[in-house]
Amino acid sequence: MIDYQSLRFDYTRHADQDAAAPARHPVVVVGAGPVGLTLAIDLALRQIPVVLLDNDNSLSSGSRAICFAKRTLEVFDRLGCGDRMVDKGVSWNVGKVFFHDEQVYRFDLLPEPGHERPAFINLQQYYVEGYLVERAAALPLIDLRWNNKVTGIAQGDDGAVLTVETPEGEYRLQAGYVAACDGSRSNLRQMLGQEAKGRVFRDRFLIADITMDAQLPTERRFWFDPSFHPGQSVLLHKQADGMWRVDFQLGWDADPVEERKPERITPRVRALLDSIGFEGVQFQIGWASVYTFACQRMERFRHGRVLFAGDSAHGVSPFGARGANSGVQDADNLAWKLAAVLAGDAPDALLDSYASEREFAADENIRNSTRATDFITPKSEVSRLFRDAVLELTKRHAFARSLVNSGRLSVATVLRDSPLNTPDADPFAGAMVPGAAAADAPVRRADGSTGWLLRECHVARFTALVFGTGDAAERSLQALKSSDLALHVVRVEGTGTGADAELATQRYDAQPGTVYLLRPDQHVCARWRHPTAAKLRAALDHALAKA
Amino acid sequence: MTPMQPQLITTPNLEAPDDFYEALIEAHQGLSTEESHAFNARLVLVLANHVGSLAVLREAFDAARAG
Repeated sequence: MIDYQSLRFDYTRHADQDAAAPARHPVVVVGAGPVGLTLAIDLALRQIPVVLLDNDNSLSSGSRAICFAKRTLEVFDRLGCGDRMVDKGVSWNVGKVFFHDEQVYRFDLLPEPGHERPAFINLQQYYVEGYLVERAAALPLIDLRWNNKVTGIAQGDDGAVLTVETPEGEYRLQAGYVAACDGSRSNLRQMLGQEAKGRVFRDRFLIADITMDAQLPTERRFWFDPSFHPGQSVLLHKQADGMWRVDFQLGWDADPVEERKPERITPRVRALLDSIGFEGVQFQIGWASVYTFACQRMERFRHGRVLFAGDSAHGVSPFGARGANSGVQDADNLAWKLAAVLAGDAPDALLDSYASEREFAADENIRNSTRATDFITPKSEVSRLFRDAVLELTKRHAFARSLVNSGRLSVATVLRDSPLNTPDADPFAGAMVPGAAAADAPVRRADGSTGWLLRECHVARFTALVFGTGDAAERSLQALKSSDLALHVVRVEGTGTGADAELATQRYDAQPGTVYLLRPDQHVCARWRHPTAAKLRAALDHALAKA
Repeated sequence: MTPMQPQLITTPNLEAPDDFYEALIEAHQGLSTEESHAFNARLVLVLANHVGSLAVLREAFDAARAG
């Protein structure tokens, strides 16, 4: 078994370091974390060569991000590494919330059947990064350079020149576009004179990886004011390899250096385990950290030829798993647009929609994260008064349970107001509005085999979903054919081959002949009851920012 | 036709105003100031759920703020 935490990657000298003039590359991605790796793989799958620079030579130390959401897993599926993640990770859908020592609330994040992926898996960040690095290594178009730290940037009209520091000195690189995936303390952000602004929360949390042999259901457990940690909150979560994540709220006055010491952590964990019936269970403490957090974002995610993605662009509290998951969605959004612009299929303006769509998403994530944080760590006496009142009422009144906020967990942002959407001209019901990430559903292929709708979508191109059979469906297929567009067509017949086949039809509120146009990142951009070739062409042009 | 938006009732609506007021004060009997604050917070939440409409609740916040 590979110990991903201790893996070191070799720095190797590249010919670019000996070039007389800086070598030019279409895209340079800075930062080989989950976001930069996702972006690089996605670009390579779209035939775009990528240089990926990382300032050190190792993966994440400690588990850090552990909750990877359904939407992120669907992105990893598209990149060809979702199965490994899900096989290694711990799948879960259920969360339980306790007040004092009593369960007051239970939620199921995926209460309906007919999805390939669970609501979440828990997997240590070093595994996610390790699997992505291995996937990247299988793609010759990715040039991953370890120990390459960007120390300077000069932007021009047609690109940027980066200064890169290596163990063997500096060199320069030209990039058509630069993706800054270099984390919350982004160097590139600083070098461009930008900052992320928002609210800093005056509270400290202890986060620790605990290894133990304990049989607990794989669910998220969150306590408000438990007897084993009075006045504060606690989160317990299972990870891969019999490892558990514990997160203790400590308050602002806690000493971050002292609290990280094993002799301080041990009694806290012991008290937690004793209270849930694991008096005899032994445990070992691995990585631990005391953190504070801020909910903040850059005002704009695009600065000329530099595009910011992930923590460099926005930050949230960890309650809701909206950090890494939203970063992967950033990469998912950016990759196809960069590829379309570089291939000459779309104008540069398409990249402005990356910024506007993901700024909108960041606002949604920050709003949710801030609300959870205000509930978990009330900032005023009256805020605490209402928080405690809600928790008291949960014991006897169901309505109060809906107010309990221990984190509203990450789901894909519906890009409702995106400039790339074609507004509905026909009436539709349900959740699959223009801007929504396509919902998964079981499908039956023409040869009778079964599969999943999202797996049928094209990894790189726009996909058209054509529902039903008969004359209406044939007319829609004819419109697609005469539009002469390079669309990947998926037929969803739903002709009563069991309840499964109906799920897709229901989720998309489809009738025979209904067509959904999905962007390469699987977001709905247009839909019709009876499309024409002209409407299809117009919608595609619109989704590529051509109109 | 769009249905009428519910509105906050600020005209007299209590079926027995004096009885209500007496009952409200009595409900706080024997509570410390701190306990009364907690009681009021729970009361607001219970009533808010009964009202349901966010628009009406926002109107109520404005009415309470204006005093």
